Amino acid sequence: MESIYLTIVLAPLVAAILAGIGGRAIGRIGAQSVTILGVATSFALSALVLKRMVFDGAPTFDAPVYTWLVSDGVTMQVGFLIDHLSALMMVVVTFVSLMVHIYTIGYMHDDPGYQRFFSYISLFTFSMLMLVMANNFMQLFFGWEAVGVVSYLLIGFWYTRPSAIFANMKAFLVNRVGDFGFVLGIAAVLYYTGSLDYSTVFAHAHAIAAARVQITPTISWSAISFTCICLFIGAMGKSAQMPLHVWLPDSMEGPTPISALIHAATMVTAGIFMVARMSPLFELSNTALSTVLVIGATTSFFMGLLGVVANDIKRVIAYSTLSQLGYMTAALGASAYASAIFHLMTHAFFKALLFLAAGSVIIAMHHEQDMRKMGGLRKYMPITYWTCLVGSLALIGFPGTAGFFSKDALIEAIGRSQLPGAGYAYACVTAGAFVTALYTFRMFFMTFHGEERMDHHTRDHLHESPWVVTLPLVLLAIPSAVVGWFAIRPLLFGNFFAGAIQVAPTHDVLGAMGTEFHGPTAFLLSAFGGLPIWLAAAGVVCAWLFFLKRPELADAVERRFHGLYRVLVAKYGFDWFNENVLAAGARRLGSGLWRFGDQDVIDGALVNGSARTVGWFSSVIRTVQSGYLYHYAFAMILGLASLLMWLLWRT
Amino acid sequence: MITLTEVLTLSGLLFSIAVAGVFLNRKNVILLLMCIELMLLAVNFNFVAFSRFLGDINGQIFVFFILTVAAAEAAIGLAILVVLFRERRSIDVEDLDSLQG
Amino acid sequence: MMFETILFFAFSAVLVGAALGVILSRNPVYSALLLVLCFFNSAVIWLMLDAEFLGIVLVLVYVGAVMVLFLFVVMMLDVNLEELRKGLAGYWPLAAAVAGLMVFAILNVVVAKHLGGLALRAAPSLPAGYSNTRVLGEALFTRYAYPAQLAAVILLVASIAAIVLTLRHRTGLKPQNVGEQVKVSAKDRVRLVKMAPEKRP
Repeated sequence: MESIYLTIVLAPLVAAILAGIGGRAIGRIGAQSVTILGVATSFALSALVLKRMVFDGAPTFDAPVYTWLVSDGVTMQVGFLIDHLSALMMVVVTFVSLMVHIYTIGYMHDDPGYQRFFSYISLFTFSMLMLVMANNFMQLFFGWEAVGVVSYLLIGFWYTRPSAIFANMKAFLVNRVGDFGFVLGIAAVLYYTGSLDYSTVFAHAHAIAAARVQITPTISWSAISFTCICLFIGAMGKSAQMPLHVWLPDSMEGPTPISALIHAATMVTAGIFMVARMSPLFELSNTALSTVLVIGATTSFFMGLLGVVANDIKRVIAYSTLSQLGYMTAALGASAYASAIFHLMTHAFFKALLFLAAGSVIIAMHHEQDMRKMGGLRKYMPITYWTCLVGSLALIGFPGTAGFFSKDALIEAIGRSQLPGAGYAYACVTAGAFVTALYTFRMFFMTFHGEERMDHHTRDHLHESPWVVTLPLVLLAIPSAVVGWFAIRPLLFGNFFAGAIQVAPTHDVLGAMGTEFHGPTAFLLSAFGGLPIWLAAAGVVCAWLFFLKRPELADAVERRFHGLYRVLVAKYGFDWFNENVLAAGARRLGSGLWRFGDQDVIDGALVNGSARTVGWFSSVIRTVQSGYLYHYAFAMILGLASLLMWLLWRT
Repeated sequence: MITLTEVLTLSGLLFSIAVAGVFLNRKNVILLLMCIELMLLAVNFNFVAFSRFLGDINGQIFVFFILTVAAAEAAIGLAILVVLFRERRSIDVEDLDSLQG
Repeated sequence: MMFETILFFAFSAVLVGAALGVILSRNPVYSALLLVLCFFNSAVIWLMLDAEFLGIVLVLVYVGAVMVLFLFVVMMLDVNLEELRKGLAGYWPLAAAVAGLMVFAILNVVVAKHLGGLALRAAPSLPAGYSNTRVLGEALFTRYAYPAQLAAVILLVASIAAIVLTLRHRTGLKPQNVGEQVKVSAKDRVRLVKMAPEKRP
């Protein structure tokens, strides 16, 4: 069993090394073949593992593979924890990764960094699998940082563009903030339980719950809340929750395949996965859960609004990703971990699909990403059109699609939560359904319908993308459309995650929902009695009205609510605040410390000052050195005489 | 009969005269070297006297070595002096202040 | 016994006088010669202290070698003596003070305290047939064999150093190369040429 897991992890790594170091030697065909082979191997084996776990009832695998070091009782190991949760994640990661690999052949066809790109995405797959399959915090953190590094490399893939370099630096720095919290959280876990292994830590979770963190003699915090919030800050960075979301829209500077793979389907869900994995800890702290819930809900609604005003097709999808990540986070906060993971899975499919479809459009438009210069693409690119439609419908939760089942269940779960802030969260996510439909179909209509706003040259060359691009679209469209039908029962209500995810009885919203669940069809029908589905429909209609039928209405609304529009275009001022207050403040502090602390105190007073003192002292002492032999002789004689006198006087 | 006191007094006088000579002839390197020879002679006096009055031959061995070293020192000192004079046309110590700080 | 003491004081007086002459004389040649006198007197006193070998060595080494070297140098260098004497008179009070201080210190130890009684003891009598040279030689070549060798090396180094320091390379000289001259053979000097006889024109 162990060798299968090792192969799953190492196949992409070997492929990445071959394509990265030997890229020149094996050429473009060699690089693409070896990486696709590696990821395909991983996918096939992951699917086999999932089948064994789910259908053959194989037991959970939890064992160390390699001991890295033992220090002062703390063991740092590489180990695998393969249960239903990680098996599902492995399949999702490797499947999307495989699709993106194939798609890349078409998308990056003319790029000089072809082999480098394949090497990076294979390396990413390796890192993500390490993260997902970890059985201890050390390896989790390794994978966490490794995906961050690859993300950094890929956002700045076109490293000659200043905007790409800015974006990858921004992503890296913002993630550092999150990682700082994450490291603190891991340190707290280690401090209270003395171990980094999941199993040991979860078994000692009550030890953390009993402890308190003394901040001042009078103020103390609950250790479990502190730990969980620290861990969640890490998740906020990686999963781009407010206010650490600012890097994700900018990360669209990277090539579209990695936007699909890393910044939509997999890496950004690492935070969701991590919180779900830590459910035994989070369940012990209502404070932490409430924080998660409120932050997730806020992100889901307010980031969705930004999607309505964005004009770059990839940025619209990026804001949509932020919003959907907010949904998942809110579900985590409501203790509906299974629901969050379910949505994570369906989202991985349809969001990767949307990104790849957008990429296909971008190829056709000769790397034009502004939707105001598109329109009417439907008749030129039918496959892209239809697959994108499937993705969009899944995103807005059209009844029957995968997104419908996951999102509707998720909203209902949040609605049943009893935690503080649940009412607010429910309002946010419900209203979010309308916003989601609005921006999604705005994007859809502006791109594929309406008048053709591109220039003649572009229009003459419009054609459907090659099969390596459309094949992944079709393959992703299938699960986007149907996976909900047969996944909802086992995943949400079938005890699928028993053992992997723990939910306290008082928080068990999904369990309560499970008593009323009578199969997917009944679930679908009952949804028509709920609010979200009608809000989504209203969103589609609004999008049709404003952006297709009567575009002048949209302009009128924009003029009417000019202030709101400005706020949205400025993205609530987060970027402004970060750049002008945090970054500029840090720079000012730095330059102040440099001027005063470094130049004046250290350089001026300590280094040069001591040198000057020595120099001054020497110049005084120097006058004694006359250079005349007899002066030295006199000194010796006088010294001798005084020594003699001293000896005499002593006795 | 000679006692140790007399010999030591004599050597003390010799040494003091040599010291005074260093002061008085401070400008002439040759005389400085002569004064040093005189000091060494005074020291040797002490060694010989103590060797005799304590009945220990090691003191005289020491004198032997001091004579050796003094001869070497005189030879090299004078050689340096000759070279110096060749370079500067002077043996005035006051001209030799290259080491001034 | 009395005679010996008188002799000691007489030689000591000459010694001290000569030493004063060394430092006070205006001419370095006189100083050197007076220093020779000092060494002679010291040698005599050392003989009286039964250090015959060292006394003779002092005369041979110092008077015979070192002082001759001094005289050579003094006479070889064309030194402006007047220049050197200038401005020295003002120093004699300091010289006298320091010297007086040292004499006081030494007398304090030696005369006033008698080195804790040691200074009053008479010299131990020497055994019959005592030979200073023999005893010294035995010690020098047994216990002090290595230091003696070391002293020899020091002397060698000093003589080489003195030569190297004073060696002057003169250009434009045409010295003989004896080696080349000895190595030369007839072949290098005489060339036999065969040529047809020439007619008288």
